[in-house]
Amino acid sequence: MPTTMEKVICTTCPKGCTLEVTRDGDTVVSVINGCKRGHEYARQELTDPRRMVASSVRISGGIHPLMPVYTSAPFPKPRIPELLKVLRNVEIKTPVKVDQVVIENVLGTGIDIRASRTMEKI
Amino acid sequence: MTRKERYDVVVIGSGPGGLAAAIAAKRNGAGDVLCIDRDLEPGGILLQCIHNGFGMETFKEDLPGPSYAQRFIDQAYAAQVEFLLDTMVLEITRDKHIFATSKQHGFLEIEAKAVVLAMGCRERTRAQVRLPGTRPAGVYTAGTAQRWVNVEGYMPGKNFVILGSGDIGMIMARRLTFEGAKVERVLEVMPYLSGLTRNYVQCLMDYDIELQLKHTVKNIIGKNRVEAIEACAVDDKWNPIPGTEEIIPCDTLLLSVGLIPENELSRKAGVLIDPITAGPYVDDGFQTSVPGVFSAGNVVHVYDLVDWVSEAGLTAGKSAAILAQKGKLAESPAIPVKAADNVRYVVPQTLHPDHLADGDIRLQMRVTRPIEKPVWVEVRSGDNLITRRGEPYARPGEMVTINLKQDLLDVVKAAPELTVAVVER
Repeated sequence: MPTTMEKVICTTCPKGCTLEVTRDGDTVVSVINGCKRGHEYARQELTDPRRMVASSVRISGGIHPLMPVYTSAPFPKPRIPELLKVLRNVEIKTPVKVDQVVIENVLGTGIDIRASRTMEKI
Repeated sequence: MTRKERYDVVVIGSGPGGLAAAIAAKRNGAGDVLCIDRDLEPGGILLQCIHNGFGMETFKEDLPGPSYAQRFIDQAYAAQVEFLLDTMVLEITRDKHIFATSKQHGFLEIEAKAVVLAMGCRERTRAQVRLPGTRPAGVYTAGTAQRWVNVEGYMPGKNFVILGSGDIGMIMARRLTFEGAKVERVLEVMPYLSGLTRNYVQCLMDYDIELQLKHTVKNIIGKNRVEAIEACAVDDKWNPIPGTEEIIPCDTLLLSVGLIPENELSRKAGVLIDPITAGPYVDDGFQTSVPGVFSAGNVVHVYDLVDWVSEAGLTAGKSAAILAQKGKLAESPAIPVKAADNVRYVVPQTLHPDHLADGDIRLQMRVTRPIEKPVWVEVRSGDNLITRRGEPYARPGEMVTINLKQDLLDVVKAAPELTVAVVER
């Protein structure tokens, strides 16, 4: 059976264990080192890695020219460059309330882009 | 807002420490509470920390910096904390007179019954790490670059080298990559990462940014603008190893080489500074050596998590409110809390045993040397073990905490002093 071994550094807690993951295609066969939460992390990381993404979009009529934004849930890692391209072409206007949705269901992922702060109109 | 000349509590700084202190002062019965900040808006450095990872302790949520700040800003306004923004505090006297200037109000003198110092910390600069080479444009601290990129909308360069593997440096490496720049290298003089592993994985590994441990900048090259840096390997004493030099072409060098509590105002007020933390000596209520002057957050010692800064702010603000109303805080004198085996420092440096009647007292420390095995964090009075707790490991980069529980009141009352150690189990 063709299995592969990969090393994954766990980021679940600050300890930062190096997990040795053996898998057969998309099926994780075994995980050496780390705890139960780490093993779950390794499975997720090797089958569907995701990251919280924080960036900014242009805004007019506020104290600053940029509005910081974040993804409402961890976003598929391979599609982050695509997401950044979308954000680069967005411009919004004040007033904006914290957590307000800036882009709904971005790139069809079911994940929203939200404002990280309130910015009043000036 | 009509500006007053007298306040119960005046807080200097509106970052996470200051906001929490102002809110807590109001909630604990202080009348007029004023928060002064030199920036145009409250929130402090959190406003430029647009990445996630804040608030897991306080809100059980993973928030971006500005969102974390927003919650406290909204609470402060709701609690009717007054703000004096775009205002620079010049001096605080021992009798709690505050002198400040602002474009709008001119020169100001404000009197307070209690003051909370919450000025935070500053980044170590090129001069403070004595980097050799020419002095071209293009050498900045990571936080300066962060402010430009995340708040003001400027890119400080195209090709970066980052010195220091602190969290801000690694987070900026990712951020600059997001904005189209190339981060050529991250150099770290120590044999280990100085920031969190999480940031190494999510900021450097994810974007194939190379980290070199035991490496530093030997020379900065360029006349008007940085053209390259000369990197080299170092030995255990940080001396350059001849023959390992490498020229890395780049137009910008960012420094992420440590933070120092900002205590110019504290010193002028006569507040005694601990040479190890570079922050004021404080008691368990965060009162400094000057009665009625409190201090909270990164101005006391540099924390790992903003949640703990907020927590310290709440404690300081509460103490300030009580002092402003009652004129005193404790019945019993304070006893020293001293760093013993493998502990570099402990905050608070003193505590009032009778305060245990009101709740637990939290001790926070940093260890001197790493122990990658289970450890005990022990609090003793002489040879007597008062309390201890286990940790799976101890590292200088990660703050260690132990709570003195309320039920230890009688034991602690009888102790002339406490010592704290972190030892192998």
